[in-house]
Amino acid sequence: MSELLNDILFLPEAASTFAERIDKLHHFVVGTTMVMSTAVGLAALFFFFRYRRRLPAQATEYVVPTLKTEFLFVSVPLVFFLAWFGIGFRDFTWVTTPPKDAMDVYVMGKQWMWKFSYPEGPNGVNVLHVPANRPVRLLITSRDVLHSFYVPAFRIKMDALPGRYTQIWFEATKPGTYQVLCTEYCGLSHSKMLAEVVVLPEEEYENWIKEQRRGRLQDRQDALADNSLVPPVARMVEQGQVLAGTQGCLKCHSVDGSQHIGPTFLGMYDRVEQLEDGQSIRVDEAYITQSMMDPGAHLVAGYQNVMPTYQGKLQGPETAAIVEYIKSLRTPNVREGASEGPAYDAIQ
Amino acid sequence: MTPSSSIAAPGATPAPEEHHDHHPSYLVDGTTIKSWVLTVDHKRIGLMFLFWVLLFFLVGGIFALLIRVELLTPGPTIMDAMTYNRTFTLHGLVMIFLFMIPAIPAVFGNFLLPLMLGAKDVAFPRLNLLSLYIYLGGAFLALWGMLNGGLDTGWTFYTPYSAHTTTTVAPVLFGAFIIGFSSIVTGINFIVTVHTMRAPGITWFKMPLFVWAIYATSCIQVLATPVIGLLLCLVTVENLFGFGMFDPARGGDPVLFQHLFWFYSHPAVYIMVLPAFGVMSEVVAAYSRKNIFGYRAVAYSSLGIAFVGFFAWGHHMFVSGQSTFTGGLFGVLTMLVGVFTAIKVFNWVGTVYKGAVDFKTPFAYFCGFLFFTVFGGMTGIALGTVSLDVPWHDTYFVVAHFHFIMVGATIMAFLAALHYWFPKMFGRTYHEGWGLVSAALIILGFNATFIPQFLLGNNGMPRRYYEYPERFQALNVASTAGASLLAFGFIIIAMYLTYALVYGKASGKNPWRSKGYEWLSESPPPTHNFVGPQPVFPEEPHFYVDPKKAEVPDAV
Repeated sequence: MSELLNDILFLPEAASTFAERIDKLHHFVVGTTMVMSTAVGLAALFFFFRYRRRLPAQATEYVVPTLKTEFLFVSVPLVFFLAWFGIGFRDFTWVTTPPKDAMDVYVMGKQWMWKFSYPEGPNGVNVLHVPANRPVRLLITSRDVLHSFYVPAFRIKMDALPGRYTQIWFEATKPGTYQVLCTEYCGLSHSKMLAEVVVLPEEEYENWIKEQRRGRLQDRQDALADNSLVPPVARMVEQGQVLAGTQGCLKCHSVDGSQHIGPTFLGMYDRVEQLEDGQSIRVDEAYITQSMMDPGAHLVAGYQNVMPTYQGKLQGPETAAIVEYIKSLRTPNVREGASEGPAYDAIQ
Repeated sequence: MTPSSSIAAPGATPAPEEHHDHHPSYLVDGTTIKSWVLTVDHKRIGLMFLFWVLLFFLVGGIFALLIRVELLTPGPTIMDAMTYNRTFTLHGLVMIFLFMIPAIPAVFGNFLLPLMLGAKDVAFPRLNLLSLYIYLGGAFLALWGMLNGGLDTGWTFYTPYSAHTTTTVAPVLFGAFIIGFSSIVTGINFIVTVHTMRAPGITWFKMPLFVWAIYATSCIQVLATPVIGLLLCLVTVENLFGFGMFDPARGGDPVLFQHLFWFYSHPAVYIMVLPAFGVMSEVVAAYSRKNIFGYRAVAYSSLGIAFVGFFAWGHHMFVSGQSTFTGGLFGVLTMLVGVFTAIKVFNWVGTVYKGAVDFKTPFAYFCGFLFFTVFGGMTGIALGTVSLDVPWHDTYFVVAHFHFIMVGATIMAFLAALHYWFPKMFGRTYHEGWGLVSAALIILGFNATFIPQFLLGNNGMPRRYYEYPERFQALNVASTAGASLLAFGFIIIAMYLTYALVYGKASGKNPWRSKGYEWLSESPPPTHNFVGPQPVFPEEPHFYVDPKKAEVPDAV
């Protein structure tokens, strides 16, 4: 039934857990919409015929709706609209809240290509390898203008904004190759900004990763890629550590827990920080990026606003590498283990 | 007139305007070019707007066809990528700022508002003329920019692309900024006219629903347009001098641009469709000879849409990285717009109930309108359902949706208005048979153009694509075929209406036997609309009740 509906509606193959949710709601919405529009249309057609004009100056009755009728006019659509919204918002919350055990991949849009970096492992241009049946969190940014990362088969999309990270996650259900498109107009070759997601069975993915680490395929892909934009060191954490030194981060931030001019990096990621303005914030990729670009925006309580901005001084991959380095300075690695769907608190 | 011509020879055939000897129709009251370009008569200003609006519609339409021909094949067809990017930008800009926004308010609002209120003119006639020249000034500056360099940002001018692009941003944005003033001036003029110029007897709840719709539209124009004006200035300055408002490389925020842009551009959708709703309320009542079913509900829902329309802009940004909660909030508010529109649809269908339907050309457009509004509105609600917007955002589904509701509904209303009020404006009638044929062609062509685009969106084709993967081709070919049918329909309309303008039969004062207030004056009306003492309006508009047949209860 739903296969047939998908064919009628020209929906692409549904290859993620989110796609299944989306399609169900889509069928519900299209179904009720069609029934309601047909009802309204048939009523109108019946009236056109039944009440056609017989005399040029025919007089009509004065008909006005009762309060009950008007109440029906308002409440029936409202109930349906709110039901759709309720289901839709639940699913939206689900897809914008990655499970804690999701595997991270950094995605960077650049006129006109997609670059993918794995925290531990290879970089790639226009090809993203992911394992099947395992949640993958995408941390998306842009190097220049706005882009939008869209995989029709997964039904996911998220804008790529320069100087900021956005996130979305998915869990691919079927191994295969799926197209990635850019949906935010980004200039001359907007329509050529295509990439693909290769979903591999878990085992093959592990093998692929191992091969990448050995550097065999890495060399080949680096040769194809625009090398100036891909971090030369495959392991982002190592690169981040080097950058933290050369960019002067470590002059003010310690990595051993001792307090200095700025907060220590040790255990910073995922910590809840008290801010100068009395609020608190959980340190995530977005907050770390913002603190590099606009250090005074959310100042941690007890520290002076003395950090210079790194806006324009760090490239997208460099920012990602430093973020990854900071993330590596935390205690347990929750990325291990099988997915059990959204888990908002890591089970230690 | 020269003294000799004012004395007709005995027995001579009277000239058509002889009838209004002392009160010639506004069309012949002064025939010099000066008497037109410097006129302060709202009807002449309305006609001049009609001329320009149609001209820009032709320009926008030609570019729409070029886009459709380019998309006939997956790769390059008739132009290169840069030309294509400029073409869709030009199509969007011209259609939205030069056609859709002024089409119904500036043409029919201008022409009819004073007539429907029993007034001699709008409140500020000179300001009214000024709004025409501001509009033309802005239009030509923008078009000049488009032809000398050409803008390739799309009509949304999203930063940081618009801050970086080397194409001509400044004159185009400044042109659009100037056009905004025309919108504001017209809006203020209409608001003041409705408040102060109503004839005795026309209370707020006896105003024709077209007036209600124009009033609600004017409120949006006055409140929202300044925001986009300032925004366009900021982008221009950013592009020219490198200010860092929206460019993250200089510490700016590109999402701030989107908030400001949609704060205007979402209500702007209602600037386009609310007048269309108003026209349809008039047309459905006139051709089914019925009072409006639920007059107050329709009037209040116009205000409701105008109000809620200001709080729904964030649904353009569900995947822009705004917070999940914000997405939900804007999603709920979007649903309310849908409910207000549903009220209108039900009441229009209710108006036909127990009516006396005369299936003339404008009524055929009403049928098309009903379909486009229901279908466009429903797909709008589907897009407002946050999770469904994730895959659909920025695909052809959105393109099809907004063409259905904004373009489909507005074009239907514009053509219905043009046919319904053609005798009022020119005192002549058009050929009914051609009218119905072309209406059928247009409705069919429109569906054939945009229904495939819904499916393209489902299938995942992003908008603003110059080239596309093979699998999208069949639907693109279908869409292009529909567009040519649509163009054919418009050519027929242009031909028979131009013919009617010159050779059409005299229509008489009220050819539709309508009880709309505007038909109480002559067709075409004299310069000051009503001859003799101040007109009074004892009945509510569209009161077709047979006094013997029914008692009149109080309206709900």
